[in-house]
Amino acid sequence: MTTTNAGAASPDIAVPDEVQNNVVITNLAKLLDPIYNWSRRNSLWPLGFGLACCAIEMICTASSRFDLSRFGMEVFRASPRQADLMIVSGTVTKKMVPIIVRLYNQIAEPRYVVSMGACASGGGPFKEGYNVVDGVDKFIPVDVYIPGCPPTPQALINGLIALQEKIDQQSIATVPWYRKNDPTAEMIPVPRLGPDLYDMRQVDIIKKEAVKSEAVTEAS
Amino acid sequence: MSDMILEAPHAGAMPDSAEDPIAAATAVLKQRFPDHIQDETRDGYEGIVVHPDKVVQVSQALRDELGFNYLSSITGVDLIEENKLELVYHTYSINQGGPALVMKVQVDRDNPVLPSLVPVWPGAEYQEREAYDLFGFQFEGHPDLRRILTWDGFHGHPMRKDWKEPFFEEDNKPFGSRWPGGEVSRAEEKNPFGKNVQYPAGWVPTLEEPEAETDSYAGITYTREQSTGLKTDKVTINMGPQHPSTHGVFRMALTLDGETIVGLKPVMGYLHRNHEKIGERNTFIQNIPYTDRLDYISSMSNNHGYVLAVEKLMGVDVPERAEWIRILMVELTRIVNHLWAVGFLLNDLGALQTPMLYFYIERELILDLFESTSGSRMMCNYMRFGGLAYDLPEDVRGTPIMKFLHDLIYDRLPRALEQGDVLMTGNEIVRARGIGVGYLSAEDAIAYSTAGPVLRASGVQYDVRRAQPYSYYEHLDFDVAVRYNGDIYDRYLIRLDEMQQSLRILQQVLPHLQETEGSSIISGKPQYAIRMPRAGESYGRVENPKGELGYYVTAKRRDANPARYHVRSPSFINLTALEKMSLGHKVADVVAILGSIDIVLGEVDR
Ligand code: SF4
Repeated sequence: MTTTNAGAASPDIAVPDEVQNNVVITNLAKLLDPIYNWSRRNSLWPLGFGLACCAIEMICTASSRFDLSRFGMEVFRASPRQADLMIVSGTVTKKMVPIIVRLYNQIAEPRYVVSMGACASGGGPFKEGYNVVDGVDKFIPVDVYIPGCPPTPQALINGLIALQEKIDQQSIATVPWYRKNDPTAEMIPVPRLGPDLYDMRQVDIIKKEAVKSEAVTEAS
Repeated sequence: MSDMILEAPHAGAMPDSAEDPIAAATAVLKQRFPDHIQDETRDGYEGIVVHPDKVVQVSQALRDELGFNYLSSITGVDLIEENKLELVYHTYSINQGGPALVMKVQVDRDNPVLPSLVPVWPGAEYQEREAYDLFGFQFEGHPDLRRILTWDGFHGHPMRKDWKEPFFEEDNKPFGSRWPGGEVSRAEEKNPFGKNVQYPAGWVPTLEEPEAETDSYAGITYTREQSTGLKTDKVTINMGPQHPSTHGVFRMALTLDGETIVGLKPVMGYLHRNHEKIGERNTFIQNIPYTDRLDYISSMSNNHGYVLAVEKLMGVDVPERAEWIRILMVELTRIVNHLWAVGFLLNDLGALQTPMLYFYIERELILDLFESTSGSRMMCNYMRFGGLAYDLPEDVRGTPIMKFLHDLIYDRLPRALEQGDVLMTGNEIVRARGIGVGYLSAEDAIAYSTAGPVLRASGVQYDVRRAQPYSYYEHLDFDVAVRYNGDIYDRYLIRLDEMQQSLRILQQVLPHLQETEGSSIISGKPQYAIRMPRAGESYGRVENPKGELGYYVTAKRRDANPARYHVRSPSFINLTALEKMSLGHKVADVVAILGSIDIVLGEVDR
């Protein structure tokens, strides 16, 4: 744990030579960030949430051989209110995605999303399926993508370490959830199921396309 | 032994006996319903074609008089050239074993109405709902005809041949469009919404579409008047799809009277990945990795069923070594699956994690073998038409392969099973919560089309490996495990029994592996060049750890893609009996009953 600015003299403040080594001039965020990040990165509680085949490898990762508790992440919570991390482990279907978005909204901030496997990241082998969402990032923001089908436990751990590194880079001063008007900190509208899945944020495009398609059907 | 095997008919051939029960039953039916039954005339197809008006009567005769009392699978087929829809029923005789009597019903594509078979076989309920959902069949007399895999309000019936998905490129793979001018393009870029969606022409959202959840409760019709005694209000509660005990994204709508369950409707489709639609676009060989992802805990045995079905169509033989390795892998898969099934069941009974962690070590050993052999721990993609993709490796994590297998089969696995038996079987809680709970009688088990451990724990000694042997199973010495009480406890015990039998089989397989070392593991032409030599249909079924897994495949001559590809999924069909088992019990028991059925959502929803 190091504070980046420790010991460096600020040009505005004159520090007498004799106390140079005993004074740290910094701001609150820089002082708190390392402690705050250190404690958070080492106790990420994942949501106990399995979607498909990748979930089996997630369970293996949590079990004794690979032992996720080395990273403080073994506490799988059944309730989103108690979780910090959502591991989207498997194929996201259209029928399931409203529930996933709702779960994401229910996780208290700070919250992170790891997209585990080809399916969650982009549809994977089932991308062309009519009931498959081509990537969970079409609906919720993703922090780390892990390739593989399924990713091995080693790959999942590697992805989670990448997430820890990402957390290390954050600062309380800039993280979205303590700022007003940051779009990434808002609730995500839950998509709905009409004749096909639709995203509430796309209603305008859908209306425009509907006019176009009607014109085509009339012309033909 | 090996001489005998060389003479043995290969898996596709049917035993030629003088009194062929299928022919006999067909003759009786034809005599009884002369105007309503025709022979199947298409080349390469089997069975009888029944007029829709008489399908209920024919089924009753099959069930009650001719002994074909087990409706295994219902497959919808879109015959778009003839403007017809067809339903294919596979019925088996539990007592005699042997191949299926295949019954087909054809209806007009624009008005596909036919009577429901639920009154005859309650096990048809969800399969008919699936056929309605994906093809648009209208079953008259079905108690609860709603969509099951997609949602209420979904546009169209997706398995019809003229229904196109949003990312549609071409009818069949390999797509010519994948590399236009050497450039990669992504499907999203061609879609106006930038994602995998499409809407009917002119559709605009009202923003008042019902939430997906509401239709789940539509099937519940319990009213206050139905209860006897004190008139109390019923409560309908929801469990899942995000619920720690539903083994994935499974969901149930429960109606409770106090704490007692008086109604239960499973809600599925949260992992409906369009396996069959994609499977019909794929070439035959491209489907093998997809079958891995059905029951993702037992990918090896999923491969086996599919290659059996296609091998029947192709008429290839499998070299001896390949067959032995197949049996090795499939039986190890059964052990892997049952170790987890038992672990999860105990988890559901409150032994949180501990039994799973005990079994986990042995499971990892087997996965190491799978990884060294096929390159992947779970998605093995190992079998090929006429053989296997690779031979056994030389060593598994440094241990020579034969030593590794020997240690595993003679030492590690028996020890693990014994340890599990000692720790769990006599356990007070397991007995108290298992014995007498979730009862399913033998008659019901057959009527509800259950398969595998669920069927056998109810006292029905039916195992595809014995009833219609495939691969080398008829030369192997093992018993079909059976238990008679039909409750959770017996469904737990039967899995232990089956693992013991699998060990017996594995012990017999080992010497053959040694003997055949170095011989070929695949026959026939290069796999990428496979086209079907003849047109026809084929149904390959295997005894998967979860029950009978069947693949119905039809092909046109010289085609590289299946015309119809359907999976008879044991997890899905076993769930038909869930309500029957759960009525009258408490919510906590449902969790355990579900655990004792052992479902995997990849296979339930496909
Ligand atoms: S990425 Fe592969 S293993 Fe993971 S859910 Fe998708 S198909 Fe299954």
